[in-house]
Amino acid sequence: MKHSTFIWFFSPTALAMLLFIAFPIVSVLVQSVHAPHKAVLVEVETCTPLVGCTKETSIDQEATRELREKKPIGRFIGLEIFTDRGHLAISEVKEIWSGSENFNEFFKKIGNLPFYRAMAFTLTFTFIVTPLVVIVGFLVALNVNALHERLKGVVVFFSLLPFVITPLIGALVLFWMIDSRGILGSAIQWIFADPNLSLKASTGLMWISLIVYGVWHAAPFAFVIFYAGLQTLPADQLEAAQIDGATRTQQVRYVVLPHLMPLVSFVALIQLMDNFRVFEPIVGFNADAHAQSLSWFIFNDLGGETRQFSSASATSVLTIIGVTILLLPVLRRTWRDFMEKST
Amino acid sequence: MNSKILSIVGALSLTAFSAAQACEISARVSVVGNEFPAIQTVGAGAAACTGAEVSTNLTADHQKINVPGMQGNPAEYTSAIVANSSIVALMNEDVIRPLDDLVAKHGADLKSSQLIKVNGKVMAVAFMANAQHLMYRKDVLADLGISVPKTYEEMLAAAEKIRASGKMSNPVGGAYKAGWNLAQEFNNMFLGYGGSHFEAGSANPSVNSEAGVNALNMMKALSEYMNPDFLTHDSNVTNAEYRAGNIALLNMWGSRASSQTTAEGVTDAVKNGHAIAGPMTVGGGSTAASTLWWDGWTVAKNISDAEAEATFIAMMNGISPSMMSDENIRTQAVWLIDGYKPTDAAIGVFEAAKMGTTPYPMLPYMGLMHTALGAELPDFMQGKESAEQALADVEAAYIAAAKEKGYLN
Repeated sequence: MKHSTFIWFFSPTALAMLLFIAFPIVSVLVQSVHAPHKAVLVEVETCTPLVGCTKETSIDQEATRELREKKPIGRFIGLEIFTDRGHLAISEVKEIWSGSENFNEFFKKIGNLPFYRAMAFTLTFTFIVTPLVVIVGFLVALNVNALHERLKGVVVFFSLLPFVITPLIGALVLFWMIDSRGILGSAIQWIFADPNLSLKASTGLMWISLIVYGVWHAAPFAFVIFYAGLQTLPADQLEAAQIDGATRTQQVRYVVLPHLMPLVSFVALIQLMDNFRVFEPIVGFNADAHAQSLSWFIFNDLGGETRQFSSASATSVLTIIGVTILLLPVLRRTWRDFMEKST
Repeated sequence: MNSKILSIVGALSLTAFSAAQACEISARVSVVGNEFPAIQTVGAGAAACTGAEVSTNLTADHQKINVPGMQGNPAEYTSAIVANSSIVALMNEDVIRPLDDLVAKHGADLKSSQLIKVNGKVMAVAFMANAQHLMYRKDVLADLGISVPKTYEEMLAAAEKIRASGKMSNPVGGAYKAGWNLAQEFNNMFLGYGGSHFEAGSANPSVNSEAGVNALNMMKALSEYMNPDFLTHDSNVTNAEYRAGNIALLNMWGSRASSQTTAEGVTDAVKNGHAIAGPMTVGGGSTAASTLWWDGWTVAKNISDAEAEATFIAMMNGISPSMMSDENIRTQAVWLIDGYKPTDAAIGVFEAAKMGTTPYPMLPYMGLMHTALGAELPDFMQGKESAEQALADVEAAYIAAAKEKGYLN
């Protein structure tokens, strides 16, 4: 293809990528190094019902407006937000490092800082859910593929349901079931004969609930990809293996699995990204007392009365960096394959 | 369910407004606000005006949308219904206008105590008061010979007696959900112990104090008598527990007092046993461990003067004194409107006002403190760290946020 033809073909895509990917990232980067102007405060008299008038601190609107009009983007603060306690907490970590006698104490104290607490949960979640989703999805796909033709349609439909349900709704349904007055919650209390046992009150049990939910929700996605992949498996290869006397396990291991390998890395890639941004189950399960993630921090910063845009932007940048680091091994392999093919 | 309430409220307010003067407006009115019966009534009253379109968006998510909805020019919302906490965000962002001229022109029905004045200017018109106070089951207390608790210490003793009697295993309720609710319960207890959130006249935090530690320890002691899932219980879930007859003692919002026995599925025992009292004190202090609130409406800054006037007239119709002759509307809230005669459901809030309960602070940086409390206190409530550590974390989290927003250097 001529270069000019290529450019014309590619330009709509490039424009869309610029608008919807590049610009938002630049905007987030810019916002993360700026903060609102210093507040100009004044003491004013405030009168309210049942109380009367009192002296209260308030914002001097005129002075603040002047500041804002002069420099609408706010004040430049460099990487201050990135290093503050709500994010990487550089000075706090240094202090804990010098004040701790052993690694155990160090990690325990680090876990008290929001960013690292969130990372502990997010990474645990990501690295348990991702392989489980791949394995469960693969097993379900194998079994559905072995079913009688008439049953397949119905089973595929039902297997996909968890993925079809809106994540937040799915999480809420499970949340009410594990409530201490819900069907699963009271069943667990009955089994262990402990009326005060509560899934929602224990961090460990809550993490397990979230992980179970994560696998339940995403496994159908892996299943449907693998199931599609199985349809492209050449029948003669399997027959050849059968003639050679391969058992079912051997067929799966030496014929099916290598054929599906590119799909496995695709599913793993998507799942790594998705799970690192875990969010809906934390909201749905009301789990923020036990588990937090970077996405949840962004939600929390933007909601309510405080609206900390700079903090949310900095967390977004950290999320992008985190996803990049996670995907680095996979991306490197893709790049190597590409280079091998082109030479 | 919601539409049912809406239609009932609509029908009720219609009867009320047939008596009121006709309300004519000539420009667009658009209201955003929280969603509970009293506010639904005000919204329906505003919507009864004719001559131009009146739309209302009453939702529990109002705090997330009112500032962005008023920042544009022209603003989407011409009025936001707010409370002492949420008006601060609107004033911080400079999106509401002073109402003095409109009050002079159309505010003849207002009592001077309804006017929220900041720096001499009327910024909001209040229509109801609110406070958290005790609700209890008088039948359960009477059976066990327990007198109505006046302090949190008495509440603990009563809880222990009820548990020991085997009537209820977790007799105490509370909106202790991690986040805003838990932080609010801390605020109550902290003020009850004589604490103050900030150093006088500055944005420097001062929650890591003896009062703070005492407040947390009391909350922890109370939580031992709560449903083990208490960190996920907001007001709605706590009330559901109460209506189901699972709890006998709770600190709850006055605005929920009238609907406590009228909701669907309330058992007869709860209906007959329900009673309310004023807020409790704690630690031998004389200040109520509660906060005093008002709800009121504001008018947007970024709209035309005609729209502002229409909004003011419509909202005045929403809080018309003629509504106070309607028994059902009267029980919905502790109205500040002229002609309001208190009902039984209002005892708790009036008691709170009489006790000189501290109003919720209207400070520009209080929202940041509230958020920091909500994020850092669950660790203590779960027994993961000491009270001192949790409060030190709160201050550190607050300082980081206050630096970002430019309140601290």
